[in-house]
Amino acid sequence: MSALSDPIPLVRARGVGKSFHGSIALDDVGIDVSRGEVVCIIGPSGSGKTTFLRCINQLETYDKGAIWLDGELLGYREMGDTLRPLSERDIARQRSKTGMVFQRFNLFPHLTALQNITEGPVRVLRQDRARAESSAMELLKRVGLSGKASAYPSELSGGQQQRIAIARALAMQPQLMLFDEPTSALDPELVGEVLSVMRDLAGIGMTMLVVTHEMAFAREVGDRVVFMDRGRVVESGPAGQVMTSPKEERTRNFLRLVSRA
Amino acid sequence: MSMSASFHPVEQRGIDISHMRVVRPIPYGRYLAVALILLAAAFIVKSFAEGQVDWSVTWQYMFWPNILLGLVNTIWISILCMSIGIGIGLACALARDSVNPVLRGASIFYTWFFRGAPLILQLLLWFNLALIFPRMSLFGLFEVRTVDVITPAVAAVLGFGLNAGAYASEIIRAGLLGVDRGQFEAAKAIGMTNSIALRRIVIPQAMRTVLPPLGNEFISLIKMTSLASIIGFSDLLRSVQNVYFINTRIIELLMVATVWYLVVVTVLSIFQHRLETRFGRGFASGVRR
Repeated sequence: MSALSDPIPLVRARGVGKSFHGSIALDDVGIDVSRGEVVCIIGPSGSGKTTFLRCINQLETYDKGAIWLDGELLGYREMGDTLRPLSERDIARQRSKTGMVFQRFNLFPHLTALQNITEGPVRVLRQDRARAESSAMELLKRVGLSGKASAYPSELSGGQQQRIAIARALAMQPQLMLFDEPTSALDPELVGEVLSVMRDLAGIGMTMLVVTHEMAFAREVGDRVVFMDRGRVVESGPAGQVMTSPKEERTRNFLRLVSRA
Repeated sequence: MSMSASFHPVEQRGIDISHMRVVRPIPYGRYLAVALILLAAAFIVKSFAEGQVDWSVTWQYMFWPNILLGLVNTIWISILCMSIGIGIGLACALARDSVNPVLRGASIFYTWFFRGAPLILQLLLWFNLALIFPRMSLFGLFEVRTVDVITPAVAAVLGFGLNAGAYASEIIRAGLLGVDRGQFEAAKAIGMTNSIALRRIVIPQAMRTVLPPLGNEFISLIKMTSLASIIGFSDLLRSVQNVYFINTRIIELLMVATVWYLVVVTVLSIFQHRLETRFGRGFASGVRR
């Protein structure tokens, strides 16, 4: 596996655990993502896929194990053998290395498509507006929405909104893109346009961690597939192997169920 | 709609509705309402025209210097108190949902006290602060007598401002609660700190729902400032009363005040409408249609 040849993977998670009010959401999750790799996480709902993704972006905190991003421990600083929680500013800085695409888009409804994309570069990276706008126009072209720069999210279809959301995340020049079921809220005929943007991204070497129910996408675009169930990683390996000849009984059952639908 | 004697299934011959005239039902209800309103208006106008109102006196005092001074007092104290109120309200609303239990407690206490005690009582308390704290000093640097600091205007600003803050905090909190959690998460996901996310993403969206009730508060504050006359602050109503205590033209002068209050509220409503349009961009608006 490529993870072994890479001395410091971009994401390294070891023994990650989290519980919500006593119920266990993540249990001993370990995943490595190397630079340029596309890793797809599949599994039934409630299996902890989304929670794990949100831990990497620190929208949730984890309470066991450790996650490193680009060699940095997420959320804490080590002081001897104690931990100090990072300041809000440091967490924001760690977070800006990752881009997140949400299931329900979460575009800013009071801003135009262009403003949605430039908001981060202008307010967080302190780029000047003209420069941010010209690179935003580039991104709009890349997601095929050059003509929609001045449209408000409410004037766009779900597929268009999700493509703008991808452009918004890319504008921060992240090292890692996190996708949280990016096509689950879309009408079936709009899924393709979003997946094709994601496929292009994978093609230019973007590191991606994708929680998805699109099995064909996982098989074709994913380098590796991780199957999770009840908060645990049940099986992970090269996409072709996990998707076509899984080793674990539970993976086989899940794949049989989703392929029947 | 007319009830036909029996229901005929539509004959499905070549109909194109764009070539046919649409006959809309006549809105009898609306006509009736307009007629009633005109009748009532005519009655009121007639009463005032025939009543013991000397309109020339009203007009004569409309721009009387002392009355204009009262008007200016009413305007500046309203604007100042509302600004204080919005500032405190925002701070309280944010503190209320903070992770810090001390801030949360302070916010709850503040709202409880300043909404709970009657406004007149709060005005009187501030005005009579000297009875509890006869002297005020800043770290022993210098000392002043409280009665010299707490003038009627200062007491009024404190009373109205702190009270407005308590009400505004609940309005603003409701607005913040109305913004989807995903907005805050998306803002943080692009590396924004809490304060940038609030300023740029959450608050502008909350403004849309906060403005109408906040406009209500402002208007009711403008009218409530007349209570300050009991501690000797000369607002619009007080200055009008000062005139009619002398010349006894009570109704004429009350009309002066009425006109000025309506003018102020009208200007404010126009301003509010502009703001609502500004912050409503990107949102499908309202329930009409």
